[in-house]
Amino acid sequence: MLVIDNLKASINGKQILKGISLHVKEGEVHAIMGPNGSGKSTLAAILAGREFAAIDGGSVSYFGRNLLDMAPEERSRDGLFLGFQYPIEIPGVSMVNFMKTAINEHRKYRGLEPLSASDFLKLMREKKELVEIDSTLTNRSVNEGFSGGEKKKNEIFQMAMLEPRLAILDETDSGLDIDALRIVANGVNKLKRKDSSVIVITHYQRLLDFIVPDVVHVLYDGRIVKTAGKELALELEEKGYDWIKKEAEKTEESWRVNPQ
Amino acid sequence: MNGNICQGGLFTLQESTVSENMENDSDKILDEVTSGDYKYGFYTDIEADQIAKGLNEDVVRMISQRKGEPGWLLEFRLRAYRHWLTMKMPGWANLKIPEIDYQDIIYYSAPRQKVAPGSLDEIDPELKKTFDRLGIPLDEQKHLSGVAVDAVMDSVSVATTFRETLAEMGIIFSSFSEAVKEYPDLVKRYLGSVVPYTDNYFAALNSAVFSDGSFCYIPKGVRCPMELSTYFRINAANTGQFERTLLVADEESYVSYLEGCTAPMRDENQLHAAVVEIVSERGAEVKYATVQNWYPGDKNGRGGIYNFVTKRGICKGDNSKISWTQVETGSAITWKYPSCILKGDNSVGEFYSVAVTNNHQQADTGTKMIHIGRNTRSTIVSKGISAGVSQNSYRGLVKVLKKASGARNFSQCDSLLLGDKCGAHTFPYIEVDNQTAVIEHEATTSKIGEDQIFYCNQRGISTEDAIGLIVNGYAREVINKLPMEFAVEAQKLLQISLEGSVG
Repeated sequence: MLVIDNLKASINGKQILKGISLHVKEGEVHAIMGPNGSGKSTLAAILAGREFAAIDGGSVSYFGRNLLDMAPEERSRDGLFLGFQYPIEIPGVSMVNFMKTAINEHRKYRGLEPLSASDFLKLMREKKELVEIDSTLTNRSVNEGFSGGEKKKNEIFQMAMLEPRLAILDETDSGLDIDALRIVANGVNKLKRKDSSVIVITHYQRLLDFIVPDVVHVLYDGRIVKTAGKELALELEEKGYDWIKKEAEKTEESWRVNPQ
Repeated sequence: MNGNICQGGLFTLQESTVSENMENDSDKILDEVTSGDYKYGFYTDIEADQIAKGLNEDVVRMISQRKGEPGWLLEFRLRAYRHWLTMKMPGWANLKIPEIDYQDIIYYSAPRQKVAPGSLDEIDPELKKTFDRLGIPLDEQKHLSGVAVDAVMDSVSVATTFRETLAEMGIIFSSFSEAVKEYPDLVKRYLGSVVPYTDNYFAALNSAVFSDGSFCYIPKGVRCPMELSTYFRINAANTGQFERTLLVADEESYVSYLEGCTAPMRDENQLHAAVVEIVSERGAEVKYATVQNWYPGDKNGRGGIYNFVTKRGICKGDNSKISWTQVETGSAITWKYPSCILKGDNSVGEFYSVAVTNNHQQADTGTKMIHIGRNTRSTIVSKGISAGVSQNSYRGLVKVLKKASGARNFSQCDSLLLGDKCGAHTFPYIEVDNQTAVIEHEATTSKIGEDQIFYCNQRGISTEDAIGLIVNGYAREVINKLPMEFAVEAQKLLQISLEGSVG
């Protein structure tokens, strides 16, 4: 469903992504790991349509369409969901109003009538139970005054409401205690369908104990330097990122000496 | 809301450059969505009875004569006019006001009706149609149940609904002109008692040439069962509108009042200088709400209404209360400070305001809370929203006099900026002469967050709808103070004044 081919992007003339290629098939869970500053969040933001980086080359195809040509709201309506690392507060806008607007935009895109108030509230109740979110949270303004953990659970709740085809979770595990982590991960697992895919961006192996990936990629200095099965995450946890860095630098040197 | 809610993380890495790049983009979007059209800009072609342009004592006398006024009222007008001649236009507001030629304005214009309507059925169909188009049907059965309307066009009131129903409870709700004829003692007693004609330049002008407006009296112990409202419409060209509203709530009574206003689109500026006086006696409560939507001028700042208004209420008796709520989206220039004089002990004054300026609009608005009685309390919540190249100022005075022990005030002034070419300003004045007073003031300025818009986008909400959501969320505290039906209208109005998609 998602094919990223040699994607290069820069911010203010500084190249952040130096040629990323990634192929996500329906039903797969991919994990992207890597040290701080390697470009993980930039990649997530570009996929979601935040216009802050210049695309210098490469392409992204999403169900055969050129993703980079689609407006952010269209990507969302077409099933692409980003779980924010730092969810944004919108004071005075109730979660109910926010979600209702979002859901009905998605329905309109699919040629469906808006949900009635009662159907909408019923749907909200179901999804709240599914992701074990405190029911009072949805009575408040969007993320306003939420704790870090509550914000992350709220992201998963929104994901449950919107039922994306491709969910990109950007460090959803950061700042969570083990109970919250379990709730968030259970939510993601329950929402997983045969035809939907997930990209989990994380620093740590521990989230991957709960959300088991099919493929693990290591992103370092704007490049995917290693791709393997779930055992790679364990190896990283054990050895840290240093060996990856060394390996990558070696590749870089040999590449400089013998340009392909 | 704290500043630009760039909380770091995802997009902080290269924040300075990021916001630069994004500013261009988001400003472009904001430019597009904030250039909406005014939908009340039509003009009704109806014959009018006018007095020729210009202002002098004869014009003042003519106005009084047309209205068949008693001698005392003509005297009041003439004193005001003579005083006005000695005054200068105030220059202290944060406004650029082009020079106004007071001799180039028509001071009296009344839609001509063949017969004086004896009932609502006899009103000129053209006038009815006009108010229908504005969403203010003058047929009682068609109107929102529970709202009585006084409809004012240019210089006169054309209809007042539900008068009989209200009269059964002793409530007087009529046009100002009728009140002068039918209840001269009441009018004489209260007219100018809260806003004397010496108060300021525009109050003096209004006192000299005021044409019509609403009069309302709620007797002792009566709770007014419906919302009272006045709808002001400027129609004729080159005219000024100078209406006068007087609202008296006798002891232990309650009334909720709402005014709305619109005008046709014209290239010339038109002057609107109104005076509103409220008297709240012992234990009485008055809620006064305004949805101000005068024509704001076009995108290039051509035309629009100059809205120079003096609104003041006095909490005369103990335990009385006055609450102002205003949603200000219209007018080229707004100069307006609805105020409360808290004279009675334990009296309460409130001011809730949302002021939106877009394109070339300018607003200098706020309130004055004058604490005179003991244990008086006041609350000020002001939300300014600026877009385009507009300037939006909050100006407020909290004054606690010597005898006002235990006085309390809480003020909150927030400004929201859309784009980077508009301005938001806050001028809070605090004068306290009593040691026991407690005054709190909070102020924030924030830019509508690109990341808030993006967050909405990422959930499938378009930028235009996102701005609507965010702005209404920001103003919710004030909108919630409006009566239900009008809260919905006000929300739509906020969205329309900031958006391009006007139906």
